[in-house]
Amino acid sequence: MENKSIVSIANYSTKQIKTLLDMAAEFEKNPNRRILEGKIVATLFFEPSTRTRLSFETAANRLGARVIGFTDPKVTSSSKGETLKDTIKMVSNYADVIIMRHKLEGAALYASEVTNVPIINAGDGSNLHPSQTMLDLYSIYKTQGTLENLNIYMVGDLKYGRTVHSLLMSMQPYNPTFHFISPKELEMPKEYKQFCEDNNIKYIEQQDFTADTIANADILYMTRVQRERFTDLMEYERVKDAYILKADMLCKCKDNMKILHPLPRVNEIEYNVDDSPHAYYFQQAQNGLYARQALICHVLGITLDDIK
Amino acid sequence: MKNKDLQVAALKEGSVIDHIPVDKLFTLVQMLQLDKCTEPVTIGNNLESKKFNKKGIIKVSGKFFTDEELSRLAVVCPNMKLTVIRDYEVVEKRQISLPEVLTDVVKCTNPVCITNNEPMHTIFNVEANKQIVKCHYCGKTQVIGNIKLK
Repeated sequence: MENKSIVSIANYSTKQIKTLLDMAAEFEKNPNRRILEGKIVATLFFEPSTRTRLSFETAANRLGARVIGFTDPKVTSSSKGETLKDTIKMVSNYADVIIMRHKLEGAALYASEVTNVPIINAGDGSNLHPSQTMLDLYSIYKTQGTLENLNIYMVGDLKYGRTVHSLLMSMQPYNPTFHFISPKELEMPKEYKQFCEDNNIKYIEQQDFTADTIANADILYMTRVQRERFTDLMEYERVKDAYILKADMLCKCKDNMKILHPLPRVNEIEYNVDDSPHAYYFQQAQNGLYARQALICHVLGITLDDIK
Repeated sequence: MKNKDLQVAALKEGSVIDHIPVDKLFTLVQMLQLDKCTEPVTIGNNLESKKFNKKGIIKVSGKFFTDEELSRLAVVCPNMKLTVIRDYEVVEKRQISLPEVLTDVVKCTNPVCITNNEPMHTIFNVEANKQIVKCHYCGKTQVIGNIKLK
């Protein structure tokens, strides 16, 4: 049997992405379908992540599957020194699909190589997080009606933000124009700017975050500027309030503009922005449920036609 | 002619590694553990070379390198030349270049890569046009010529 693991979606064709988006849309119409009755989904969270785990487990439960797994590696044999390979081999005897998060980079890819049970990568260190990318793509597609020719503004921590890197790469086929708005110390890494240049993707870097600089955005993708990322705390004190989105900054925005954020938010979006029609981050998280239902079905060989 | 004879004196059975950059010769000697070799070994350095001005050369009697050994050597010296000799005849002569994939030769420099935390082989894909190798698992790259061996 072909192993349909999802470690990354960076190499997925536009056709494959479109199919997954259409599947997510079908699940949004009706998320409660018992098409995985009799299946067992294992959620192995070697690194705790409440948000992603709850979303995946809800997705599996709404599809009628049973869920096994652990939420904390301290209670597993990993803490006794068991290798990842052995844990995966063991769980493969029980489950039809394994959803895993791990703190080490490349863990999901390695896991997919040691088992025939499909693996879904729910985040491997600061490397990849394809289900987040999928829900971001679905949120963009749903709110803009297309993925093509959009002005995407990324704000905040662009250096360490895994979600913005994955989104940048996955938008490559759709002719986006990126605006990178960040403090100098957290600017978009060279390799991603090189990726844009190699693929003829337009990008503009700026440090000012004002109503004027975001007026032309279709998507405003906010991230958190974290104190621990700064080597120079003076610099952090200087810029920490410069990347906070305030309600009055939305006065010049395009009507279709939506604000996305991978959550959790701390203070980078003021709470009164929540009431704006541009705020979309909570629906974005809800879209994660449908995107993850699509991914689980996809690895188990369930097609769009099967769920239509 | 006499000089040339000295440089590649006859070998009955064994291998000759030629076109070694002079600053890499002793690294190769170490990697091949030639200090423990009981067969005749000839090591020459700063020899004249038309191509490189100066070069190093290693000749080992009775030794035939495996592909894995050659991969390791090629990481250090990407353009060396190998000559295999059997019964005084040259049976193989080829440029050793980096293979497309290096299995369990390179150590990943990313401390949080799975390969540094699990008993497993490393796999690196060689991107010769960019002069880099890239970890199959975490994507971390290293520049050819400055690669950390496992």
